Amino acid sequence: MKLLKMIFRNVFRHKLRTVLTILGIAVAVMAFGLLRTVVGAWGSGVAASSADRLVTRDAVTIINPLPLSYYNQIKQVSGVREVTYMNWFGGTYIDQSHFFARYAVDPGTFFSVYPEYLVGSKTLAAFRNQPNDCIVGSALAQRYNFKVGDVITIDGDIYPGTWEFQVAGIYKPKFKSTDAMAMFLNWNYLNEKVKQDFPGRADGVGWYVEQIDAGANSGDIGRRIDALFANSPAETKTESERQFQQGFLASAGAIISAMNYVSFVIVGIIMLVLANTMIMSARERTREYAVLKAIGFSGRHLIEMILGESLLVSLLGGALGIFLTYPVVESFASFASFLGADLFVQSATLLTAFAAVVFVGIAAALFPIQRTMNTKIADGIRFAG
Amino acid sequence: MSALIEIRDVSKVYRRDSIETPVLSGINLNVEHGEFLALMGPSGSGKTTLLNMIAGIDKPTSGQIRVGDTDIARMSESALAKWRASNVGFVFQFYNLIPVLTAFENVELPLLLTKLSKSERKKHVETALTIVGLSDRLNYYPKQLSGGQEQRVAIARAIVTDPLILIADEPTGDLDKTSAQEIMTLMQRLNSEFKKTIVMVTHDSHTASKASVLRHLEKGDLLPEDVQTN
Ligand SMILES: Nc1ncnc2c1ncn2[C@@H]1O[C@H](COP(=O)(O)OP(=O)(O)OP(=O)(O)O)[C@@H](O)[C@H]1O
Ligand SMILES: [Mg+2]
Repeated sequence: MKLLKMIFRNVFRHKLRTVLTILGIAVAVMAFGLLRTVVGAWGSGVAASSADRLVTRDAVTIINPLPLSYYNQIKQVSGVREVTYMNWFGGTYIDQSHFFARYAVDPGTFFSVYPEYLVGSKTLAAFRNQPNDCIVGSALAQRYNFKVGDVITIDGDIYPGTWEFQVAGIYKPKFKSTDAMAMFLNWNYLNEKVKQDFPGRADGVGWYVEQIDAGANSGDIGRRIDALFANSPAETKTESERQFQQGFLASAGAIISAMNYVSFVIVGIIMLVLANTMIMSARERTREYAVLKAIGFSGRHLIEMILGESLLVSLLGGALGIFLTYPVVESFASFASFLGADLFVQSATLLTAFAAVVFVGIAAALFPIQRTMNTKIADGIRFAG
Repeated sequence: MSALIEIRDVSKVYRRDSIETPVLSGINLNVEHGEFLALMGPSGSGKTTLLNMIAGIDKPTSGQIRVGDTDIARMSESALAKWRASNVGFVFQFYNLIPVLTAFENVELPLLLTKLSKSERKKHVETALTIVGLSDRLNYYPKQLSGGQEQRVAIARAIVTDPLILIADEPTGDLDKTSAQEIMTLMQRLNSEFKKTIVMVTHDSHTASKASVLRHLEKGDLLPEDVQTN
C-alpha cells in the first residue's frame, strides 16, 4: 500500500503525544495482562482437576472431620479403584506472608491417586518410613532453597505446637497446571501426635479422595458412597474433584468477578486514551484530508489511513504492554506465592489482550473516520483548525 | 469548437438548519480552451463557491456545468473523485502541502492514484518540479521551504497529472510581492507555453491583470465581460 509511508509519518508527527499514548496503552495492557493472569491462576485448580477423581467430605462442612473407619467401607464400593485421605494442616512458615499449601496425606496411597505429583521411589520409601519426613514441590523448593535433609519448622494453628519436618525429597509437577508449591507430610505421624495431645481429635480425616475406574459413572459412585453413611452422625457429600474445586472458587467468586470487571474497564480506558489522540489528529488534519479528497483520493483511502494509524498506535502500545507483562507477573509471583506455579502468562491471556488491542484500534478510529467522511471537501478546505 | 467549460443557469443556495443563504443566482459563463480567466469580486460575493463547483468539489443547487464532455453537476461522489484526479489541478491560497511528505512526495501524491510505475512517477515528478524551478529541493519538507517555494511545489502537484484545467483560489493571497510576481509569471507560462486552461480567483487587481480574461462577481451575479489585452 502506497499510503503506508504517510501512515508511519503521521503516527510520529507529534512524537511526545504518540509516545504518551503508546505508553498509556502499554501500561493498561500490562495491567490487563496481570489481572487476567491472576484470574487464570485462580481458576487453574479447576482446569487441573481430574475427571476420574471424587472427593468425599462431611455433608455439612469440610471443617468437620470424617472417621478414619470410612476408609475400608469406601474401598468396597464398586467402581472405586483406590482411596486416599488427607487433612489440611495449616500453620505458619516464617510469617503470614510466606503462604503455601500444607497437607497431611496417607503415605501409602496418596501418590498413586495423584500420579501428577512425580516422586522417585527412593523418596517415597523414605517418606513412608521416616514419620516426620515431608515432600515439597519443585517450585516451593526453589523458592526457599529447600534441599533433601533440610528441616522445615512450622508454627501450628489447627494442630498447635512447633512442628519440624525433614525434607525427604522433592516432587515434580507432571503438567504445567499441576501445583508445584505444595508440601505433603505424613498423616500417620500427625495422627500419632494428635492421639497424644488431643485424643478427642484422633483418627479424624479431612476428606477422602477416590480414584474411580476409567469411564465409570461418577454420579452413581458418589451416590453409593454417600448412601453408606446416610443417617450416621457424619453424613458425607461426594462430588467430582472439579465440583469440589469450584466450590472453593465460589467463595472467591466475588473477587474474581470484580477483577474480571476491572480488566474490561481497563479496555475501556485504553479506548478513551487512543480515541482522544485519534480525534485530535483528525481534527488537526481536517484541511489535509479535504485536500487529499479534492485531489481524488477516495473515502476508502482515507479510512485506510486513519484506521491504519489507529491500529499502528494500538498495536505498538499493545506489544509493549504484553512485553512488560512478563516481568511484572514474575515479580508479582514472588510475593503472591499462594498462587504458586499457576501464575504464568497464559496464551489465552495474550490472545485476549491482542484481540482487545485490535478492537480498540478499530473502535478509536470510528469517530474520526465518520467525521472525515462527513466533512464536505469545500468546508474542509475552508477549515481553519 | 465549443467552450471547454460551459456554465448554464447555475444557482447556489447554502442551507444550514432552516436558514437559506443564496450565494449565486443564474450564472452563465464559458471558458475557452487555453483561456486564463481571473475572477474578481468583493469578499463574500461567491468566487470560491463558483470555483469549487467548476472543480467538482461542490455542487450547484440548480443549473448545469459541463467541463470537456462531462456534465459534472450530475455525477456521483466517487465518479467525481476519479474525474478530478485526472482532470483538475488545485492551487490553494495556503498551499495545503502535506507537512510529513517531502516536496517530491507531495508532488507524487496525485500519481499514486494512477497506474504509473515507480520510475515513471519519478520522471513525471522531476519534470513538474523542474518546470516550477525547484529541481534542487526534491527532498525538502514544506517547513524547510519559503512560502513562494511551497506554492510552487503546490503548482507542481497541480500540473503533474497534466490535467485539463487548473483551478487556483487566491494563489498569491498569502505571499509577499516578489513571490507573488514569481507565481504569476509561472502561471502565465503554464498558460502560454503549456496551454493550460486556468481559472483563478483573486482579490488583487495586479494579479488579475496577468490573466487573459477578467470577470467580476458582485453579490452572486457575474458582471458583463471585459476582455483584457496584455
Ligand atoms: N458551507 C457554507 N454554508 C453556508 N454559507 C456558506 C458556506 N460557504 C460559504 N458560505 C457563504 O457563501 C457566501 C460566499 O462565500 P465564498 O467563499 O464563495 O465567497 P468569496 O467570494 O470566495 O469570498 P472571499 O473573497 O472572502 O474568499 C458567503 O456569504 C459565505 O458566508
Ligand atoms: Mg474565497
